[in-house]
Amino acid sequence: MASKHADHKGAPVAARLGIWAFLATELLLFGGLFTAYAEFRLAHPDLFHQEHLKLNRLLGALNTVLLLTSSLTMAVGIAAIRQGRQRVLKVCLALTLALAGGFLFIKYLEWSEDFSHGLFPASNLFFGLYFMMTGLHGIHVLVGMAVMVWLLVRARQGAFSPDYSTPVEITDLYWHFVDLVWIYLFPLLYLVG
Amino acid sequence: MSNQGIASSLPDRGYLTEKGFHSWAFTLDHKRIGILYICTTLGFFLLGGTLAMLLRLKLLVPGPAFFSDHTYNVLFTMHGAMMIFLFIIPAIPSSLGNFFIPLLIGTRDVAFPRLNLFSYWIFVAGILVTIGSLVSPMDTGWTFYTPYSAQTSAAVTTLCFGLFLVGMSSILTGLNFIVTIHTMRAPGMNWYRLPLFIWGMYATSVIQVLSTPVIGITFILLAAERLFGVGFFDPAKGGDPLLFQHFFWFYSHPVVYVMILPAMGIVSEVIPVFARKPIFGYKAIAFSALAIAFIGFLVWGHHMFVSGMSTVSGIIFSFLTFFVAVPTGIKIFNWIATLYRGSISFESPMLYALTFIFLFIIGGLTGLFLGSLATDVHVHDTYFLVAHFHYTMMGGTVMGLFAGLHYWFPKMTGRMLNEGWAKSAWWLIVTGFNVTFFPMFILGMQGMPRRYAEYPAKYQPLNIVATVGSWFLALGILIMFANFVRSLRGGTPAPDNPWQGLTLEWSTSSPPPEENFHEIPTVTDWPYSYGKKTRHERGK
Repeated sequence: MASKHADHKGAPVAARLGIWAFLATELLLFGGLFTAYAEFRLAHPDLFHQEHLKLNRLLGALNTVLLLTSSLTMAVGIAAIRQGRQRVLKVCLALTLALAGGFLFIKYLEWSEDFSHGLFPASNLFFGLYFMMTGLHGIHVLVGMAVMVWLLVRARQGAFSPDYSTPVEITDLYWHFVDLVWIYLFPLLYLVG
Repeated sequence: MSNQGIASSLPDRGYLTEKGFHSWAFTLDHKRIGILYICTTLGFFLLGGTLAMLLRLKLLVPGPAFFSDHTYNVLFTMHGAMMIFLFIIPAIPSSLGNFFIPLLIGTRDVAFPRLNLFSYWIFVAGILVTIGSLVSPMDTGWTFYTPYSAQTSAAVTTLCFGLFLVGMSSILTGLNFIVTIHTMRAPGMNWYRLPLFIWGMYATSVIQVLSTPVIGITFILLAAERLFGVGFFDPAKGGDPLLFQHFFWFYSHPVVYVMILPAMGIVSEVIPVFARKPIFGYKAIAFSALAIAFIGFLVWGHHMFVSGMSTVSGIIFSFLTFFVAVPTGIKIFNWIATLYRGSISFESPMLYALTFIFLFIIGGLTGLFLGSLATDVHVHDTYFLVAHFHYTMMGGTVMGLFAGLHYWFPKMTGRMLNEGWAKSAWWLIVTGFNVTFFPMFILGMQGMPRRYAEYPAKYQPLNIVATVGSWFLALGILIMFANFVRSLRGGTPAPDNPWQGLTLEWSTSSPPPEENFHEIPTVTDWPYSYGKKTRHERGK
């Protein structure tokens, strides 16, 4: 989360309030899926246990590492631009993009593996949830990456400074949210007890 | 803005000075965006109303007549979906809200003007996709209940996508308003000096932001059910059709407060102006709006009493439903207390505001019948329900909208409406409305189910009454719209403050300049010091 640096104002109140309200809607969007997960897991505990064994836990864990690291690089980027270090910001944005790309690539490998084993959204409730949840999350990662490409272009033009970093700040909050969703998805899907 | 530059023979056109497609389609002015929403939503009101007239026409006869039963199903689905999603949800928030929130809080625009324009165009995109679904029109009813909606050959997936976009527009508009109300208030405009319309809109926006994403995910899952065969709502695959209903009503119940709260806000503005009295119980009205928004999130299960939900849940939801009536009752008592010993004048905005109170009391109280478990088993899915929600939605929200349109027409257009026409239209609308919908309460109690093209002959007499009533209602609405068009072209130029209102929008010109206020006002008092007794800081 965006830290409160002593002599830094951060994004204007309106932008911050706006992005938090937006994250609230995102929370409720995913909330529907988590509700469905809760209901179906309570109804079919055995199915969830059996089916989750078919997921590649190692790749899932690797993805968790990638995404968590990308949150770190994003946070470092914010800290850098607050001190006016443009170059560090650019490097951090590029790193975040690369990590996010890596995440999606691994997701692609996982899905391909699932498809080759005949596992599809229609296979059963668990895989329905798995594809819907990781799919919706993946779309959010893609959107985040698109925004970061734009940030990178703007950063190369020297648009950001300690006085103006609003787009970076709000993208940062969004990115942490996407990360947070994955932190819940990983144990719920890959580590069913 | 060049206020002096225009030829002196023409009245000052304010924000309307610039002309042409480009000046509207790419405007960042909240007032113009508001006008775009007004035209779009009122267009769908007329279209949805026309469909309703066809439905009523068919119901003149118990047996087959005019068109097939399938066409009847399509028509009532389109009437419902259009009226709910394309008219009544955005009708007040996006149109009058967009126009008047910045004016009432004393600022030049909303917090995110570009996002505001984006919201409008995504709304239009949603409408276009929705229209695209007409290639294979929906016959599911506006509630899209599974499993039928997952199986029918109608273009449910397309419609889901269209309504998803409409929902996005709704979320972004709500988000914009929340931030605007928090951060853009004029100097001195603290929370207890806010006009009550703003409180209503604030509560509305919170509901829009928090409930709309749930219908979004519902549409996504329904589409996934149809496209990929995911079985969340399909019992054959271990899924749960009831889950769909929970999701659907988790949005669709709170959203009825998206429809009604802004209308209540308008009524709270109109009544003190035309009763020339300070609003009674300002804080009670303000906080009851928030209370309705909050409790409104906890009552969705009352739509599912007969869907196979557990009795315990039913009892809890029934109990919580009664709770919503409390803040609603608080508002109504406060409006009546405001009227008490007021110096009331019956101009058209006031007539519609009073009609709102009268009709909404009927609609609200019959809602309690439906919220009680035992009576609901008897009257659910009958015309009693149809009468109830038309009394709340049309008798409530639409009357509130009409009150707002008549109240603010001079401000929006710089022209006065013709009072004579407005009053004739009002007589026809009130009479026609009650003649149309009151018989439905009786029909419902007698057991006539809704959503059937044909019905037993014993129900025919009251159906004839309802259909004849609908003609008066339609005539009244046509006269009202004719009055709008006529006054827009040749109405008397409006003074800045025709009703002697005290809220900030009346302190600027009619129509307002593009920047709303030449100088941002400083607020020193609440806006309800009407009558002789000026009580400073009453709001504190």
